[in-house]
Amino acid sequence: MTFSPELEKRFAEMAAKYPEGRQKACLIPMLMYAQDEVGHMTEELKEEVAKRLNISVLEVNEVVGYYTMMRKKRMGETHLQICTNISCLLWDGDQLWERACQKLGIGHNEVTADGKISLEEVECIGACSWAPAIQVNYDFQHHVTPEQLDKLIDDLRKA
Amino acid sequence: MYPSLLHESPHPDETIVLGKRFRLPDSRRIGTYLAHEGYQGFLKASQMTPEQIIDEVKASNLRGRGGAGFPTGLKWSFVPRQSPKPKYIVVNGDESEPGTCKDRVLIQYDPHQLIEGILIAGRAVDAHRGWIYIRGEYRYLIDIMDEAIAEAYARGWLGKNIQGTGFDFDLSTHTGAGAYECGEESALLESLEGKRGVPRIRPPFPAVSGAFQCPTVLNNVETFAAVPSIMRMGGQAWAALGIPKAGGTKFTCLTGHVNRTGVYELALGFPVRKMIEDVGGGIRGGKKLKAMIPGGSSCPILTGEEAWELNMDYDSMAKAKTMLGSGGVVLMDEDTDMVKAALRIIRFYQHESCGWCIPCREGTLWLKKLLTRLDEGVGTVKDIDLVGDLADNMLGRTFCPLGDAAAMPTMSIVRKFRHEFEAKLGRKTVSMAGLSQLVSITG
Ligand SMILES: Cc1cc2nc3c(=O)[nH]c(=O)nc-3n(C[C@H](O)[C@H](O)[C@H](O)COP(=O)(O)O)c2cc1C
Ligand code: SF4
Ligand code: FES
Repeated sequence: MTFSPELEKRFAEMAAKYPEGRQKACLIPMLMYAQDEVGHMTEELKEEVAKRLNISVLEVNEVVGYYTMMRKKRMGETHLQICTNISCLLWDGDQLWERACQKLGIGHNEVTADGKISLEEVECIGACSWAPAIQVNYDFQHHVTPEQLDKLIDDLRKA
Repeated sequence: MYPSLLHESPHPDETIVLGKRFRLPDSRRIGTYLAHEGYQGFLKASQMTPEQIIDEVKASNLRGRGGAGFPTGLKWSFVPRQSPKPKYIVVNGDESEPGTCKDRVLIQYDPHQLIEGILIAGRAVDAHRGWIYIRGEYRYLIDIMDEAIAEAYARGWLGKNIQGTGFDFDLSTHTGAGAYECGEESALLESLEGKRGVPRIRPPFPAVSGAFQCPTVLNNVETFAAVPSIMRMGGQAWAALGIPKAGGTKFTCLTGHVNRTGVYELALGFPVRKMIEDVGGGIRGGKKLKAMIPGGSSCPILTGEEAWELNMDYDSMAKAKTMLGSGGVVLMDEDTDMVKAALRIIRFYQHESCGWCIPCREGTLWLKKLLTRLDEGVGTVKDIDLVGDLADNMLGRTFCPLGDAAAMPTMSIVRKFRHEFEAKLGRKTVSMAGLSQLVSITG
């Protein structure tokens, strides 16, 4: 498999940012930036990254298994993340979550049949003062109302 | 293009020091920063000896803003400057403690202030390399930080012989990937080295053996961001903004049932009553305050009556047997279901437990099961007692403070709001299918 030239450039610059001989430090950033391009942690992606860092795929798997944002399977084109942690709960974030599940007919870490949308109930995303909060891929949306959520989902379905 | 995190103007009761550039146009840009006293603190520090810098930080009474409140100047003085190993600076931008969203504001609106704080710390401990570890969910902030770093290199505020001072410093960002535990300093260092976020045995502390087993200063984003003002104003003047023993201002996130939620810069020692009524505009819907978590969900909870009389500082909170923590204030009105709140909090810690030690891994799981039963109305009085006992047994018996972070709020909620747990007994709210599952796990 191949990565984009931009990503290759980023990888090349990354190695110099860590002490000589400690380039394994690049592992998590490399995996995350590669995932942005590939979509999830495919076997090829992991092999490719392992090769560049001169480590075993086993070592990569250990890390991939630990971190929540490292996707073990293909997710939707748009990944919808709804926070239900305490500050959002106090602003009915749990109801937003239920609503999204019902509307989409899927649950936590599931993908719609057309592959367009996936859903994740997330822990605090650092938007507590602007609750209830969601993340659409990497973008934050604050003070989300049920109507806004409906519209967002309708628009994504049409897209 | 990024969502705004600020009210149009600051609240009159705020003490705006670190936030003074936030509302300027292009506040992120180096040009704006330089036009408004930017990098002056570093230039001043470059004329001082490392000892003088550390003394100034000590005089400011700055305490760590990441949660534990350790005196920053003292922490820096632990770094063995004569060691032949390279020394490093690591910024903790993992910000994952529920209720906390202030480092986000500091990075989004003034990334150069953070860079300047790092440079001054570098001068103080003879470090020439640093990393800013930012949680993966904050990708846009990593991009903002990367841009600011590139500007600083281009204008000679990073790199070799910075502004002719003879001081070299290299800096870059490092993304996390979704793990609360990586906010714990030693787990963060593991993560930085490309590993799972499992904490290290201490001692040695990071000051002696941190990033890549070299002496390291590791502080929270807000802690570093405070340092340029300390250098500019002088430690004593900065200390005078707060109260004796706790200097300066603290970014405080008002969350939950308050009218004007938001992130505010308040002088340390700010009265809780004033914070809620004036700054926050009162409890939503004119309701009464039932409970307050003062600094992120791992702090023991306060009842409304207890909270009302306190001040937002380390000692005042310690006297009330809780903590100032990270600045994430969670306010709950009289209608809040405290059993649900306790369950949601423990669900988080159970999810985030790294599984390394049994009291935390098993304890959080059992607490979650018991609280689920109690919330669903199928629990017994014995379950309530068991929650208290289990949490008590976790306290102080885990490898890192995450176990305590899970136990403390749970114990305090059950103790202070026991009547709400009792009121739910026998009020079944689950289906038979759900019930049989629950029965089987508790034998
Ligand atoms: C489970 C756990 C999570 C933590 N999360 C954070 C965090 O997200 N950000 C942070 O600055 N400190 C966090 N801390 C505290 C750090 O371990 C450390 O004390 C702090 O970063 C030191 O910086 P300071 O002295 O400037 O506060 C956490 C601690 C624990 C035990
Ligand atoms: S207390 Fe919990 S998070 Fe900390 S080391 Fe033990 S299992 Fe891991
Ligand atoms: S609790 Fe939802 S963003 Fe913090």
